[in-house]
Amino acid sequence: MPSSASAMPRPSRGARVRATKDFIRAMLFLLPSLVIFVLFVFWPLWQNLWLSTYATDPLGRPSVFVGLDQYQRLLTNPDFPNSLTVSVTFALLTVPMTLVVSLFLAILTNARLRGVSIFRIIFSYTIAVSSATASLIFLYLFNTATGPLDYFLTLLKLPTVNWLTSPATALPSVAITTMWLQLGLNTIILLAGMQGISDEFYESAKIDGAAFWDSFRHITLPLLSPTMFFLIVVDTLAALQTFTQVQVMTRGGPVQSTDVLVYAIYRQFYFNGNYGYAAAQATILFFVMLILTVIQFGVIERRVFYQ
Amino acid sequence: MTRNFSFRRTLPKVFLYLLLILVSAAVLFPLYYALDTSLLSTGQAASYPPTLFPTELHFENFAAALQQAPLLRYLFNSTVQSTLVMLGQLITASLAAFAFAFIDFKWRNFFFLLFLSTLMIPWEATIIPNYLFVRSLKWADTYQGLAVPFIATAFGTFLLRQFFLSIPKDLHDAATIDGCGHLRFLATIVLPLARPALGTLAVYSFLQTYNQYLWPLLITSNQSMRTVQVGITLLQDEERFTFNIVMAGIVIILLPTIILFVLANRQLIRGLTAGAVKG
Repeated sequence: MPSSASAMPRPSRGARVRATKDFIRAMLFLLPSLVIFVLFVFWPLWQNLWLSTYATDPLGRPSVFVGLDQYQRLLTNPDFPNSLTVSVTFALLTVPMTLVVSLFLAILTNARLRGVSIFRIIFSYTIAVSSATASLIFLYLFNTATGPLDYFLTLLKLPTVNWLTSPATALPSVAITTMWLQLGLNTIILLAGMQGISDEFYESAKIDGAAFWDSFRHITLPLLSPTMFFLIVVDTLAALQTFTQVQVMTRGGPVQSTDVLVYAIYRQFYFNGNYGYAAAQATILFFVMLILTVIQFGVIERRVFYQ
Repeated sequence: MTRNFSFRRTLPKVFLYLLLILVSAAVLFPLYYALDTSLLSTGQAASYPPTLFPTELHFENFAAALQQAPLLRYLFNSTVQSTLVMLGQLITASLAAFAFAFIDFKWRNFFFLLFLSTLMIPWEATIIPNYLFVRSLKWADTYQGLAVPFIATAFGTFLLRQFFLSIPKDLHDAATIDGCGHLRFLATIVLPLARPALGTLAVYSFLQTYNQYLWPLLITSNQSMRTVQVGITLLQDEERFTFNIVMAGIVIILLPTIILFVLANRQLIRGLTAGAVKG
């Protein structure tokens, strides 16, 4: 309804024609985006749900309706619970580590120092690095025969680590790579958050004679908590969507210790041709991520209200 | 700008610089290692302990990487894909953002939420039907297959809409009275004013597309249609490419994005932090 409707009992014919014209004009402007969203986002989401209730032939064509059988199979087959556990463990390893290191980097570059902008660029350049090249570089860094990481450990007289070749350390190694990739984005956003905190808070703390750690604990951390929460959600979603690092560095191994969800989905449909079964896994991934996003929006709304 | 909170009050300046340099060295190390290895001879690259300071510079590794592998072809493909996505996103997002910012239409909030909802749907959750659909269009191994699924963006629409909203509505009313159509108003007045926001979106979408991995991996199988990210990981799988040559390839691929980042980091950071504030 056009806004004039509230003033008059019935909108005049002219106003209605105008509203219709505006609507059609707006639709023409939205059309290009809407077509793409329908074809490549909304329709495939529905298709995925539908596909997950069918057994499929090797070309991905649905053949027999099986209802929720494939979801049941997901739970009884040990592969899927393993992937779910691996993905959750991976997020638990990556997210806190990334956040703590980025917080440290952001604090360092928040100083009023000559040349600090150069360090800001250095601490954020991983934004520009692709997951494929990072994975390849770390694959060589982790190499147990010639890689520099084990060499550094030997220099420090520490025992060497079998990084990617042992089931116990493969997932943490992939997590370290992911942390490095995410450092740039996290540092930038934390720094922006810190610069948004008003000077007044620190001025009054200074009068009270608060030391660095006191003002950090009582002013910076609480006021930064919405930003940190935002990053926890973003990093968790990124961790759950991890694929490239696993595909390039470990192929899900050794002994499925890095078989994260998206890699398992890829394996199931691309190599095994189990489209329906893979679609069921993708549906579950969607709902896990949806819940996380809804929580995020809820918190952001609260933050807006708070301000 | 508030930088009142810092280590500076508790730590002397020299120590702070030392810490900054040390941490920078750690963050830069993977990149340094790639650069270092790309300049080693094949023998040095495979030896232990690793050569961390090259004594001689084997620049011929870069020529070898470009000649032995179709790296230039990969670079060309990625550039075409990224440019198509960037231009597509600039056009679709400008149009949609214009409607949301300047036209008062029925169900505007509904459509806005519809755009918003695409941010909640992870690409990975729709990848199987998208793969089947794009293949059924016979778009495997084509530029349209690589680019078209990504030429609309909710993020970019919000970014531009935010900027458009700062343009006075009077300007729009005056233009309409003068008989200037919506499209002409968008092209001659709004877009020139919105150059900074368009720049942010351009850099962001180019970089994101150039760095894509999963979709190009699925949708290209022909060597001549591979993108750089997929191509470089395939080099690593082939025995004939030694470690230093692969690293030279990585450096060639990484360099344009790092340069783009250093030159355009302000635009990029503005975009990323805008995303953070608005979710």
